[in-house]
This record gives sequence, C-alpha cells and structure tokens, in this order.
Amino acid sequence: MGVLMDSNSRVVVQGFGGAGQREAKTSLAYGTQVVCGVTPGRGGQVIEGVPVLNTVREAVEQHGANVSLIFVPAPFAADAILEAADAEIPTAICITEGIPVLDMMRVKRALSTKVTRLIGPNCPGVINPAEQARAGIMPVDVYLPGNVGVISRSGTLVYEAVDQLTRLGIGQSGSVGVGGDPIIGTSQREALELFEADPDTAAVVLIGEIGGTAEQEAAEYVKQMSKPVVAFIGGATAPPGRRMGHAGAIIAGPAGTAAAKQQALREAGAEVVENPGEIGTTMQRVLKERGLA
Amino acid sequence: MKLHEYQAKEVLARFGVPVPRGRVARTPDEAEAIAKELGGRVVVKAQAHTGARGKAGGVKLAADPAEAKAHAANIIGMTLVTHQTGPQGLPVSSVLVEEAIDIEREIYLSVAIDNSPGMPVIIASAQGGMDIEEVAANTPDAIHKTWIDPACGFQPFQGRQLAFAVGLDGEHLNPASTLIGNLAKSFLDSDGSIVEINPLVVTKDGRLLAADAKFSIDESAEFRQQALAEQRDRSQEAEKELEAHDAGIQNYIKLDGNIGCLVNGAGLAMATLDAIKFAGGDAANFLDIGTANNPEAVVSALKIIGSDPDVKAVLINIFGGLARTDIIAEGAVQAINQGLVKQPVVVRLAGTNVEIGKQVLDDAGLDLGRADGFAEAARMAVEAAQNAKNAQNTQ
Repeated sequence: MGVLMDSNSRVVVQGFGGAGQREAKTSLAYGTQVVCGVTPGRGGQVIEGVPVLNTVREAVEQHGANVSLIFVPAPFAADAILEAADAEIPTAICITEGIPVLDMMRVKRALSTKVTRLIGPNCPGVINPAEQARAGIMPVDVYLPGNVGVISRSGTLVYEAVDQLTRLGIGQSGSVGVGGDPIIGTSQREALELFEADPDTAAVVLIGEIGGTAEQEAAEYVKQMSKPVVAFIGGATAPPGRRMGHAGAIIAGPAGTAAAKQQALREAGAEVVENPGEIGTTMQRVLKERGLA
Repeated sequence: MKLHEYQAKEVLARFGVPVPRGRVARTPDEAEAIAKELGGRVVVKAQAHTGARGKAGGVKLAADPAEAKAHAANIIGMTLVTHQTGPQGLPVSSVLVEEAIDIEREIYLSVAIDNSPGMPVIIASAQGGMDIEEVAANTPDAIHKTWIDPACGFQPFQGRQLAFAVGLDGEHLNPASTLIGNLAKSFLDSDGSIVEINPLVVTKDGRLLAADAKFSIDESAEFRQQALAEQRDRSQEAEKELEAHDAGIQNYIKLDGNIGCLVNGAGLAMATLDAIKFAGGDAANFLDIGTANNPEAVVSALKIIGSDPDVKAVLINIFGGLARTDIIAEGAVQAINQGLVKQPVVVRLAGTNVEIGKQVLDDAGLDLGRADGFAEAARMAVEAAQNAKNAQNTQ
C-alpha cells in the first residue's frame, strides 16, 4: 500500500533531459520501474537503458506507464501536464518550478474534467520507501520504511523532517510534496485524506508555510482524522509582506500568518511544533503516547 | 514585478479602463508643460513602489502650471518614507501629472489570484479610498467577490453583479460593468498577479475614473510579457537584492539580523530563519540558492552575504535533493579561499552526495563550524555571531 506510488507504479519521465535522466537513474537504482522517457522529436533513442518516446500516449500504450514525472521547462510545463491528462495517466507529478500562475489556473480547471491527479508543481515528488517506489527528486538515503506519512509544501523540508524521523529510528510510509506554488494540483488536505485511508500509515507529519489558507483547510480535515498529525508552519519569524521564494508564502491578511495556522491546527487536534528542529522528537513522543511506536 | 502608477494606468487605458488625463514627468519643466496641456489645475504624484504616498508628502494639488512645476521640483529627487518602505525609503525620479478631479464617490476594485479554487477573483467594495484589509476585517459584508472561470472567462453578468453590489446602477451600470470586464481582461492578458484600483472614482460630472492604480506582474511569466518586464524600475529595489538578482539568485531578501544564511529551498530557508530565532539569534538575510548546480552561483551568493556589513557569522544549511551538496561545498571553499567571506562559517550538509560534500570540506582544511543537525547548526551560528560581536565590542 502507501499512497500514490507502490511496486506496481510504472513511471514515464516527461522532459527526459539532464535532470530527468539523473533522477530516473536514481529511481531505477532504488528499485522503481522507470519504463520510459518522453521527449517530443527524440522518439526511438535509448538513454541510460531507458527507451525514449515522442508522446505520453505511446508511453501508456507501449509501456503501461501509470505515473508521469514531469521535468519539462516552465514555459511548456502546462502543455506537458495536459498531455499526461489527455493520455489518462492516473498520477502526474510535476517537479518544474516557475510555471506562470495563469497557466496553472487553466490546467487546474481542465483537470477537473479528467481522471488525472496532479501533484505539484514546484514539488519534490512522491516516494514509498517500503515498496522502493520513487517519482521525484528526493535523496533516497534518508528514508527508512515505516508508518509515518510526511506532507509538505516545501521540498527541502520534506527531507529535513524525514531525516529527523529516520535518525530516531522512525520509518516513513511515504512522503508527498504538494508543491510551493499558489495553484497546485493536490492540496494538503487531499494529501491528508490519502494517508488517512492508507492502512500502512499510523501518523502524519504536515509541514505548511505562511501565506494563503491551505493549512486552515487541512485543519478542518484533521478534526475528522483517526490518525495523529504533527504539524509545523515554516516562516513564523519571516517579516510580513515579503515574498519568501514560494509564491504561496506571502502573508496576505491575518489568515496567512503562522500564528493563525498554528491555532487552527491546534484547535483541530494536531500537535503543533514551533521549532523546526523538533519535528522528529515530537513525532516520537506522539507515537509513544498513542501506543503506535 | 511591480509597475509604477503611471505604467499601471497605461496598461489599464490600453484595455479600455478610463483613467484621468495625464502623463509622467521627469523634470519640473516637463511637469509644467503637462499641466499647461491639461488646462491648469492638476495633481502631482510621486512615482514610487509604495502606498500612502500622500501622507508622506508625495502627492500635491497644484492650482496652475507654475505651482505644478514647484511641486515637481520638490518631489523629484526626494526619498519617500512610508510604513511600507521601511526607514530607508524609496527614491523618486518621476511624477505623474494628472487633471485634478472632483470626487463624488470612491469605490474599491481589484483582481487577484484566489489560490484555493485556483481562479482569479474580482473584488469590489463601495468603501473605496480606504485600507481594504481593514474594511475586510471590520465589515466583511462590504466586500463583494466574483470568480472568473478559466474555462469560459469573465461574463458580463459578473460585472453587473458587482456594479449593483457597490451601488453603481442607473446611468453608471453599463460603463461600470464594461470597466470591470476590461479590468479582468487587462489582468489575464498581462499575466497579472494583482491589479488594484483604489479608488475608482465617480466624478461630480458623472464619469468613472481609475484615480489610483497598482499593477504587479507574475515574474514567472516575464518570458512572454517582455514589454512589461522592460518597464522594471531597478531604483525601487534594494541594492543587495538587485545584486543577487543579477547573479541569477532569485530569492534573496535582506533582513535585520546578523547571521548570513545560504540555504537551498524556500521552505528550508524559511525554517532556518525560524531555527535561528529559536536559538536566540536573527538572520541577516533569506537566501534560497535553489538547485543551482554550479559552484559559481554559490560563490556569488557568499560574496553577497560576506560583503554585508551586518553579517557577523554565516550559516550554510543545505539538504540536497536535486541540488548537490558536493557542488555547494566546492563553491563555499572557493568563496572562503578567495577571501569573500571573512566571518566565521557554520556548515550543515545533508542529502544528495553528502559524503563527497563532507570530504570536500575536510580536504580544504578550513576552520569551519560543522554540524549534522539543523537545530545544532543554528545554535552554533548564533554562538559564533555572538562571539564575533563580543570580540568587536571589547576592541
């Protein structure tokens, strides 16, 4: 089990250039089935033992691809996502950073009529350590198979949280980076729903950020969850009104502040960590208290 | 990327949103000439990327061209300090000279992206000319919204709905709903991230005019908005941030503390500021080096940090994913060997190629603080900054 990725996942890499090839190699070595790459006009080549095709449709028909990992450059990324959706790929994971917001707006609207679930963009991807299934850019060494799910807007904070858990001997059922952009395919709340439904997950780490109201929407769902949630909100000490790289992370009104998000999550029953160095130890305590360790 | 008011109004006018007659002036003589053209009574407005310009002395009414010239002479060259600019203020190198208008009513109108539904939202309020966040907090019922469906676009009924909601009925209904539609189009066609008209004025002679306007462009879309991107006014941005921008570092923000930070990933960079705060210190900057996999980018970044007189210690916190820790380590060693960073440096490396990265640091034989954990690294950096400060004080 696990979420979104498992041993049956067959990954096609859209935008099979330098980064795509390097990450495909890492995933193959990890044990993931990376079945092909797609670069329009390069069909027929074989790179690093991976066949290259012209279209995502061919990837589905010829190689049974069911996960698309997208590295296509920002100006063309929206088109790549829509091509994956047209080919009815169940899960499309977009790593690309810097896609124009209005492009993502049209993509999100179009996906509402498609079967494809989008993760990202501007995200580190998805991994399931127990089944060695990886579609993303995360370092594999820090992961340990286990029962904690990790959700984050930020890529590097996923690694950070996972590293803290692994150092304490706490394994992960998976991690989902939902992405740092203002408009994303799968919200923190939806990612929580996936881990809540996963029998291999006992608890969840949720890493949010200042800006927007996505954490409040996630908190609404935390209320209904049977599994404990440990939450951290990045940017509590950031000066107001400044954009901290993630377009989402700009404080717009009182709902965008770390304090408002922490309060909403606390009221929903989540364990809120204020010091980012204590995500792992807090989860350790929560697992012990709930008899889940 | 922000536009000046006069640039924003040029965009709006191009899309059919009525704006007051006027033009930008870069000298007092130009201001005088424009005032003559406009028939005498004008407003002279400082062009700077901040609100609250009036309170800071940046907006003046002139009865005749001579007075317009005098106001322009005072405003051009001034440094405008408002609550939004910080104490250092912003330089003013031009003024917008516009016909003075007799105001009957003030309306608020804007378009922005609403993240959750993933759609642009048009916001209107009859309480224009005020701080809209305050209006929203105190009287949420006075804020009216409608969302633009990306599939079918703005529909005229939405313009009518908002026009009625803010009391623009009767003779104003059609012009107002057309104006709202044109505003939406200007936002969509220009890759706006926000466009705000505050106030939209109903004049005593019954016209609708965008009396003040702000327009920000989505920086990710600059590749297809080149005409707008070329209007960027670099004088409105902090010097260190421009230096970073020119070195290809998109995410550098100068802060008030004394610990220089080089981090990969915006989330980790924000959390690093938090961790430093928890360890009792304050960061001198936010810097996300991203996935720049070349040592030169790291050298440029450390040069910016190292040359900041506020910086007493440097914290390099890298968790490699797509970014490779060995390349970051190489860049750090180069920068220190070149004398670009003289402050004590604490390095924490984790993730992709971490063993090679650590080896690079070992081989360099430099006097570096080294940490494995995140909180530990922050503690060491705060301590180093404190020691450096104490040493300075005893000198």
